[in-house]
Amino acid sequence: MNPEAIKSKEIMQGSAAIAETIKAIAPGVIAVYPITPQTHILEHLARLVADGQLKSKYITVESEFSAASVIFGAASAGVRSYTASASQGLLLMTEVIFNMAGTRLPAVITAVNRSLSPPINIQVDHQDTMTLRDSGIIQIYVESIQEAVDTHIQIFKIAEDREVLLPAMVCMDGWILSHAYEPVTLWRDEAVQEFLPPFDPVFQVDPKNPLTYGALTDDDKITEFKYMVHDALIRSKEKIKKVAGEFRDAFGNYYGDVIEKTYTEDAELILIAMGSMAGTIKAALEKLRAQGKRVGLIKIRSFRPFPDQELRTALAGAKAAVVLDRSFSCSSGGILGGEIKACLYGQGGPQVINYALGIGGREIYPETVLEIVNQSERLVESGKIPPETIFYNLNRELL
Amino acid sequence: MVEIRVHGRGGQGSVVTAELLAIAAFRAGKFSQAFPYLGGGGERRGAPVQAFCRIDNKPIQLKCQIKQPDYLIVQDVSLFDVVDIFQGLKKGGFVLVNSANGPRELGIQAQDFRVYNFPATEVALETLKRPVMNTAMIGAFAALTGMFDLESLKYAVGRKFPGEIGLSNVAAMEKAFRLAKGSSSGGSVTGEA
Repeated sequence: MNPEAIKSKEIMQGSAAIAETIKAIAPGVIAVYPITPQTHILEHLARLVADGQLKSKYITVESEFSAASVIFGAASAGVRSYTASASQGLLLMTEVIFNMAGTRLPAVITAVNRSLSPPINIQVDHQDTMTLRDSGIIQIYVESIQEAVDTHIQIFKIAEDREVLLPAMVCMDGWILSHAYEPVTLWRDEAVQEFLPPFDPVFQVDPKNPLTYGALTDDDKITEFKYMVHDALIRSKEKIKKVAGEFRDAFGNYYGDVIEKTYTEDAELILIAMGSMAGTIKAALEKLRAQGKRVGLIKIRSFRPFPDQELRTALAGAKAAVVLDRSFSCSSGGILGGEIKACLYGQGGPQVINYALGIGGREIYPETVLEIVNQSERLVESGKIPPETIFYNLNRELL
Repeated sequence: MVEIRVHGRGGQGSVVTAELLAIAAFRAGKFSQAFPYLGGGGERRGAPVQAFCRIDNKPIQLKCQIKQPDYLIVQDVSLFDVVDIFQGLKKGGFVLVNSANGPRELGIQAQDFRVYNFPATEVALETLKRPVMNTAMIGAFAALTGMFDLESLKYAVGRKFPGEIGLSNVAAMEKAFRLAKGSSSGGSVTGEA
């Protein structure tokens, strides 16, 4: 850690740490609409604005659709803008998020991951953000509050880069990160602002110089416009790597670039996961390694852009990849599992075992990880790996 | 690593209890973590609530609830009828119950853990004039376990509740600490193997 960049080292709630970080980033516009478990972030920002510590235009709206529309509008005027949401709130933003990506306007959303209704449930899974995967938005998933803090600083720089210009989302697990207290290092506003220069837009709406965003386009050009969003998102991968390196140089913290590898070098079995469960898996790996088991972990930080080549390289020596999905696509199965199978198909890589687990807050303990590793080893040995997703501990009596 | 699970009902400050313990432990130079579980749809007064606190000498990687606690703090005896409070409690574990009644009167069978009771609601009513017992429970818990120093706990309460509320809660905590420390001086603390 760079001691000169440190503002404080304190134990604090994840939501407060994010709000304090947004204060250092100083967006021009913050749009707010409450939803559990995200509301603490916007409450804390309201206090900072009311106390005069944060000069952002703080705009309260009547729905998440409006919150997303406000940051969309602010970004089109060339203003750095921010909001946070969760669960159904993110779904209500979906239409606007596709618009932001399509018009290449960067704005940042903190997604505090929470299950989707029905049945109503306020606990964590990844169904809300995974459902936005086709929009063109950048999505980085984080393991700890500190990684959430550091990733927010990085993601504005990535999204606003002139070679990227896309909306971006930091995905942090509800409760276990948003409501948890953990030791956190906050960075001095000056250090953050030195790392993150002001947003310098290519275009901005201006009554004196009219221009149109999202004009009607027929089939002669539309594929090319859509392709450019796809291509920009792919190219943002190098930017994510570069910014992660720059952040390490400026602040000292590093979590991998698009993926983070733990014990993968000699691993026969590699678990693949996103979000806070990576921490629990790392604790379980210590036990497995002590037993001499060659098991490793790939934590996917950047789900969008998808780290396809990086996964192929990291998985090359493994017998099996065990993908742990906290969401699924009905009738198809685990979303991450499906994408990893697609990226490995025909490449001679490991076999893929896919579990769906941790839905609606169902806990993932170290014992859960140990049991999944045992099951997976037996599946590899038997040569009978099921092609479909395994729903871990599904209680069939309730079906 | 030490793992503490707090059981209470919405409005009794159970989440804050875990947070205060984590803040105090960090203040005393440890690594710590606290977080809540608001089941059944959550943020409602009276609904059963759990909160968790881990304390260790190294950074904590675990991101899951506490299944096998070393310590239990029970803020409301009515929970014994609706929640399996003792589930997973380690052998030789420690339980603090908010009650003027001892373990036998509470119907707790002698098992492989220690049960203490402390009348925290009474202390809260005297000191705060409100039945919010969490800071009194923390004072008793600190006195009985010896795990926390009062200065770190006072810092935690002051940070979380600046001003008058903080001062009155510190008073409740200190009073409970004194009473629990020497049960002869008036606290009704019962130990049982």
